[in-house]
Amino acid sequence: MEATDQDTRDDYYLELSSDPIRFESVSCQTNVFFDDSKQQVFAVRSGGITGVLVKGPNQNLSFRMEDKGPVISIKFSPNMNILAVQHNNCSVEFINYSSITGLDNIEYSQSCKGKNATILGFVWTHGNEILFVTDYGVELFQVNSEKHNVRLLKCLSLGVNWFIFCPQSYLVLLSSGTIGNQMQTLHITPGNLHKLTKFEVEVGVAKPGKLAVYERDVALTILYGTPCIILLRHQPSTNRSTGAASVHVYTVHKMTTIKRSHVLKLDVSGKFAINVVDNLIIVHHQTTKTSMIFDIMLPGVSDGTVMHHTSVAPVKSIKPYSLKIPGTTLSNEMYQPCQLYSPNWVVFQPNIIIDAKLGCLWYIELKLESLVKFITDKVLLVEFLMQRTNTKYILIHILQNFMMQLPISLMDMPIIFDKLNSVYRNYLENKIQNQMGTPLQNNTKSSNTVIENKYKLVLDQSDVYSYILSKFPENTIEPKMIVWVLLEYIRSLTEHSIPVEHYLHELVITTLVQRKAYYQLHQLLQYHVVADSKPLACLLLSLENLYPAAHQLALDMLKRLGNAHEEIIEVLLSKGYILPALRYIRSVGMVDKVSDRKFLEAAKATEDATLFYSVFKFFKQRNLYLYNATSFIKGERYQPYIQHYKYLFEGTDNACNSDTNSNVTISS
Amino acid sequence: MTSKTEVTLEHFYIFNGTYAKKEGEEEKKILYYYPEKDLDVQIKNIGLSEAIIKFAQSFNPGQPCDYCHTHKTRQIYYQPEPNFWMVMIVGVPYIWKEKDGNKYTEYQYDEVSSSVCQALLKQAYVMFRLFMGSFDTIINEPECGSITLLKHKLEHFYSRYLMSLKLNNSDILDVFQGLQFLPLDKITFLRVQCFMNLVEAMFSQVKYTAFLYNDQVVWSGLEPEDMQVVYNYLVSTLLPAHLEKELHEGSMPRNSPSPFTTTHYGKFVTGPSSINEPSLIGKSPKVFINYSTKPVSLYLVVYRALSATICLFVDSKTSLLIDFFKSLDSFLGPQLTTLVNSVAEQCAKHVTVSSESCKYLYFNKLNLAYKSTIHPDNRRCSNVLTTPEVLRVITDIYNDTNKLKEAGEIIIKTMSDYWVVGKLSNLREFFVVIQQKSASIMEIEEDVKKLCEKELKSIFFH
Repeated sequence: MEATDQDTRDDYYLELSSDPIRFESVSCQTNVFFDDSKQQVFAVRSGGITGVLVKGPNQNLSFRMEDKGPVISIKFSPNMNILAVQHNNCSVEFINYSSITGLDNIEYSQSCKGKNATILGFVWTHGNEILFVTDYGVELFQVNSEKHNVRLLKCLSLGVNWFIFCPQSYLVLLSSGTIGNQMQTLHITPGNLHKLTKFEVEVGVAKPGKLAVYERDVALTILYGTPCIILLRHQPSTNRSTGAASVHVYTVHKMTTIKRSHVLKLDVSGKFAINVVDNLIIVHHQTTKTSMIFDIMLPGVSDGTVMHHTSVAPVKSIKPYSLKIPGTTLSNEMYQPCQLYSPNWVVFQPNIIIDAKLGCLWYIELKLESLVKFITDKVLLVEFLMQRTNTKYILIHILQNFMMQLPISLMDMPIIFDKLNSVYRNYLENKIQNQMGTPLQNNTKSSNTVIENKYKLVLDQSDVYSYILSKFPENTIEPKMIVWVLLEYIRSLTEHSIPVEHYLHELVITTLVQRKAYYQLHQLLQYHVVADSKPLACLLLSLENLYPAAHQLALDMLKRLGNAHEEIIEVLLSKGYILPALRYIRSVGMVDKVSDRKFLEAAKATEDATLFYSVFKFFKQRNLYLYNATSFIKGERYQPYIQHYKYLFEGTDNACNSDTNSNVTISS
Repeated sequence: MTSKTEVTLEHFYIFNGTYAKKEGEEEKKILYYYPEKDLDVQIKNIGLSEAIIKFAQSFNPGQPCDYCHTHKTRQIYYQPEPNFWMVMIVGVPYIWKEKDGNKYTEYQYDEVSSSVCQALLKQAYVMFRLFMGSFDTIINEPECGSITLLKHKLEHFYSRYLMSLKLNNSDILDVFQGLQFLPLDKITFLRVQCFMNLVEAMFSQVKYTAFLYNDQVVWSGLEPEDMQVVYNYLVSTLLPAHLEKELHEGSMPRNSPSPFTTTHYGKFVTGPSSINEPSLIGKSPKVFINYSTKPVSLYLVVYRALSATICLFVDSKTSLLIDFFKSLDSFLGPQLTTLVNSVAEQCAKHVTVSSESCKYLYFNKLNLAYKSTIHPDNRRCSNVLTTPEVLRVITDIYNDTNKLKEAGEIIIKTMSDYWVVGKLSNLREFFVVIQQKSASIMEIEEDVKKLCEKELKSIFFH
């Protein structure tokens, strides 16, 4: 039972927020309004005195106001100091509000400037500025709450059928023209209006008296930082069943031009609604009670000007939802299943669904953990996840899973790593640029890289190392496959000119050593895949017992570092290569600096009389050159060597150890 | 009255003394004998070799005899496996001389290098072992292993192999048995490496891989001792034959109507000569490798695209069907073509102009890498850029530096004004050949130093 429960739960990747905002449902006495700018629900109960209940994401307030007839629209100003109420088609009333004292009783109002114009709606913009949209144009006013007056700032005449406002981008889209296919967008800045380029929606066969585009088919939003106009296009077709709708996405560039850039294929027709969650466009289809997800940043098929996209994952419905309702007693609460995709649903941008009849406001949410199961293409899945917020651990988990699918998954790894590292590279570049304090205006980067920096997840070397590359579960993957993945990752980093961190090199070396693939290691070092460093040289030296050539490689590495003379001398002396060590110090001009006792000690240890003689004489020569005398200064420290020399070559056998063996060697 | 100026192969035989238990059974010892001789002669010669080996052993137990110099011949002994002996006897070249009206022959001992001959004999064994397996595995083969089988295999292999033996064009390189590595930048190497890993990942039958470009190794998944033999086979036998065949057939069929050759230049060197004709599936040789750890036999599939050669060592349990080759071809061909282009691009940057006066030869016994500006290519032809005398001097110096412990230098001046310098350091050999009249040893020393700084700057060599 539990298992099937689990299954059904996993079969949905969209769900309604568990804790909806509840409000009084629509009835003959109660009217409900929603302000999508401040995301507030107004429940207005009339009858003598109007009682208003306001519910928002973190507000819950109520007040009374004078009943002046039915309310058409009601909205608070951005900082909640003025309430605007519309009762008729040509004016809006204002009442000052304070969270402590509530509404004051001084009402003031503003009628639209256009003669015979009808107010289609109003929106608060910046501060106490309010925009009226009428069928004859738009008017921007400044409301002064202290003086209780309103001043006209700007106006623009244009025949308007309907409008939409986006509170995030301050863009207003106006539908104009007799068939409503002329789209004029305005950008509202404090105290001003800016016209963006107009665009026209192509119309098929326009039915008389009907608009080509309706308000319900358009949504304004921001995708990946770029304002977008999302337009549902119903494809009229002779055969009703085959007409498939599509979504056209227009992107706004630099708040001046608008271009149609993406087309989303829906494959079905009927009634749709659009939400935006985490830069994804969600298209709800009421007829089939299902939803589709689109990501305009994922690769699509280009027709030269426009990218065509298909749904990211198979079409699924929203997860069933049950509403908690109070039972007959307090203890037995009941759960009542809600009708999903109900005709009473009203959808607002970006992610709001309101059921006016139930009195519920939900946020639609993405269940990424289950969504990932529906995206089978690994590369696509990684790219998709990189573009979502807070997906680092999901992505890491997905990558860990790929590793379990070796060797076949190695096929996709080059592209996956390249995608990760391209973002990583941009991130590093940006970091450096910020550190150097280069002004951003001078940034000649294309907007695309800016988007990558801001909206893509960065998985850096230490993440990949600590969560994936160093975390292969034991005995599940052949060591040679681990090397494959490691090298693939290093290749990708190198390809993106990202300096590879030493711990990755170390991991390559230790993994190769573990599987005794010394010759492969040798080749990697030969081609300098592993960057030179003193710690790595030491690691190689420690491997000499396992792989003799490691010694040679270590010496080469130390030599290339150029500053490791001391280490090289140590290595040579420890091997008993005393003459090569002397030759080396001579070639790098260090004869004057080295410690002679170190050499003498090493030479003594070899028990090679001739060698000791050479070394002894060499440093006597040096004494002559440095101090003008052959004798060693601070003589007492040199006693053991002077004695050893005398013992070997001058026959004065007063050394403490009279080694019989050595006696034999003094044949001279 | 003709002089003999070439080294000749007089005898080549393989025997196992333990196969003749009693007197009169001597012929049982003989496993292979070249040239065809009377049985008595064979038994006599083998007997003599056995005697020499035994005799030498009494002086230095545990260290078998390597060679024996006679007036007219040089005899090389090699015991590749316990109790199995291979003997090669070469004839020393001679010239006729006249002194006081008497004609006599003078043997040119200097022209035969024992260590080169020894290297050739060892090569003859490892090549046999690569394709046939070790003597021991043949005899103990579970199904039909026997001494007779070994004899057959030896006969089959050596009758052809000895024909191609190049006694006179062999030199120090045969002693090294080295590999030439392609100088390449890090990223191109990583691309090659990752591509080869991908091949191994996608085709689980492929156990090892190797990648060569223009006869130079970029990557080898085999152990060096195996790669050394395979490399020798590829570079001196398989690839030249393939190139000749291609040349004969009119090289690359660029505008061929075949769907396989239009998209890429890949082609099988061993295996099917054409993917579209299943009848021409061809044969991929089986090779025996990994003797130091766990011997295995694998198919050697060689694939070539442009200048790159890919060796795939395929599990011998899989049957090589045309479908396998087809999927290999469609995987390798397109990707390899782009990869080779990036390798070629890098190579163009690495072309080094060798100085005219100084020639050098480098060898690192630890990774078997060698580099030579004396040998213009690694085909064993006579077109070396110096005299045979110099090459012999190098071989002699090599034998001497081998006895040095850690580092050292030997300088020799020949009668023909050649200076040959051999340096040993950090287990690497570096030989420099300079032809310069009336140069002093100081000048030569200076030249060598400069050359070392130029060519060996990234390694520890002092």
